[in-house]
Amino acid sequence: MGRFILRRVLGAIPLLLGVAVLSFLFMQLAPGGPDAMFARNARMTAEQLEQIRHNMGLDQPAPVQLARWIGNLARGDLGVSYSQYRPVSEVIRDVFPNTVLLMAAGLSLALVLSLFFGILAARNPYGLFDNVTSFISYFGLAMPVFWFGLMLQLLFAVHLGWLPSAGMRDPDSGGILDLLAHLALPAFTIAIGSIAGWSRYVRSSTLDQLGQDYVRTARAKGVAGPAIIRRHVLRNALIPFVTVVAIDAPLYLTGAVLTETVFSWPGMGRLFFDSLTVRDYPVLMGCLMLGAVLIVAGNLLADVVYGLLDPRISF
Amino acid sequence: MAAPGRAETLAASLPGQAARPPRSPWQLALARLGKSRLAALGVIILLAMALSAIFAPAIAPYDANAQDLFSITAPPSPEHWLGTDDLGRDELSRLLHGGRVSLLVGVLSALIATGIGIVVGALAGYYGGWVDAVLMRLIDVMLAFPAIFLLLILFSMIGSSVSGVILFLALFSWMWLARIVRGEFLSLRQRDFIEAARAIGVPGGQIIRRHLLPNVVAAIVVSTTLNVAYAMLSEASLSFLGFGVPPGTPTWGNMLNAARPYYTTYPLLAIAPGLALTLAVLAINWVGDGLRDALDPRR
Repeated sequence: MGRFILRRVLGAIPLLLGVAVLSFLFMQLAPGGPDAMFARNARMTAEQLEQIRHNMGLDQPAPVQLARWIGNLARGDLGVSYSQYRPVSEVIRDVFPNTVLLMAAGLSLALVLSLFFGILAARNPYGLFDNVTSFISYFGLAMPVFWFGLMLQLLFAVHLGWLPSAGMRDPDSGGILDLLAHLALPAFTIAIGSIAGWSRYVRSSTLDQLGQDYVRTARAKGVAGPAIIRRHVLRNALIPFVTVVAIDAPLYLTGAVLTETVFSWPGMGRLFFDSLTVRDYPVLMGCLMLGAVLIVAGNLLADVVYGLLDPRISF
Repeated sequence: MAAPGRAETLAASLPGQAARPPRSPWQLALARLGKSRLAALGVIILLAMALSAIFAPAIAPYDANAQDLFSITAPPSPEHWLGTDDLGRDELSRLLHGGRVSLLVGVLSALIATGIGIVVGALAGYYGGWVDAVLMRLIDVMLAFPAIFLLLILFSMIGSSVSGVILFLALFSWMWLARIVRGEFLSLRQRDFIEAARAIGVPGGQIIRRHLLPNVVAAIVVSTTLNVAYAMLSEASLSFLGFGVPPGTPTWGNMLNAARPYYTTYPLLAIAPGLALTLAVLAINWVGDGLRDALDPRR
């Protein structure tokens, strides 16, 4: 097992290297590349621009720039933000916890609700509850995330006034309840897709297990219905589910970009969007790499957890 | 794909069942698709949307960019069924024209993605070896990209256009299909009929086209359909953030972007394009699911 994990971690390195090289190439090919932020400044003279390009190393040949960038990445150095004049890692570290909080809240919400809906639907397949949740989850999967956020904001914040519409804390209260109130709408927004998708997944994998022989045996022995689900069915049904969750979870970062924009949540999405507007190239590349690391880590986790949970799999 | 057809003709030629005329796999699939109520509903919705998109210039009451400066952010009225936006443009007309661009982006970028996916998957699956290894690593890397991030950066730098959005969305959504095609090819190429074709000297390209590809048509159709929905949602996300299709062009995403400053007071401006998009994606997903079931030879 240990060797398997080691092998997979080592395998992830060339993958991330590939992402780094490819994104570098994309940026090189794009006209108005890294120095766009300075080049667009009307008061900048040609000499000043040349000086900046020289200081940033942008006047060097592309392969040299690439090698330097990869080398710095390997040492965890993401460069210096063009607009905030601080190391990118510091800029990201400031806001990343807020995004992690949002992602974690969304994930927990999605896990709890999808398990609840999925199992309940599987207990009576094609019954009223199953059909209704199935129909609603089609909508959950079809809605654009940000539009769902806008609609929630409109209903619960603007019309009903139950929850705050934007931000993370009220300046004058700021307790844990206040934070939760601010968190509720964005977390539900970011989670809606997985609530819909995962609950269908839990339903079908629970149904698969319910048809197995060991369930019939348990029933014959007189084990009560809920106990069969809890003690026997769920344990088997959850193994594939865990891997689906691990693979989907990094996509919450993408959802965060849209959700945070809608709800003015001060996290990675906001940072990314703000950097986009001022073309803060190093910060953008830093966000891109962080996203890639999360995706690769999620896939890795999915493999490892699958092996840990299912004793039939050996490495 | 060929299997159910043969089994069906076989069944039809058995004594006692001779009355039923043999039907092609496609006819069978179509019949099965018709039986799924959601898929049928999806087809109807999509047809209606496609028609209204194609004939938008004819049926829209106004030009998409015509301004009525005497009614700005007007509520629905007999002149403007869905009201007007902040520049006095007729919301219904923009919705119809927006559907044109949104559907175009979805369909074209899905088709391009399918093309790339088939070529890459076929090359990797048929030739195997180092070709397969290289292409599979490329897919791994592409799948590790947070695509929305990269697209946003790219479009913020090179500026966006409808064709740019179509092309780049396609560039980041061919990987799943390529994997499916590759997997099928890898197992099929061991089979006797491929061995036989190779033995009599059929060239590789022809084996791929004539003998291997027909076996993955189902996967290709389903994946293309679902990719249309994915591309439409992505276009809307990019445009909503202001880095998708250029702002003047009406798309559902752009309309949502434009509605943002006003939607608390004029909610219809945000509700209408969002509902249209949701309905379109919903219909596509229903059709996609229906196709998956209908084309599955095991049913």
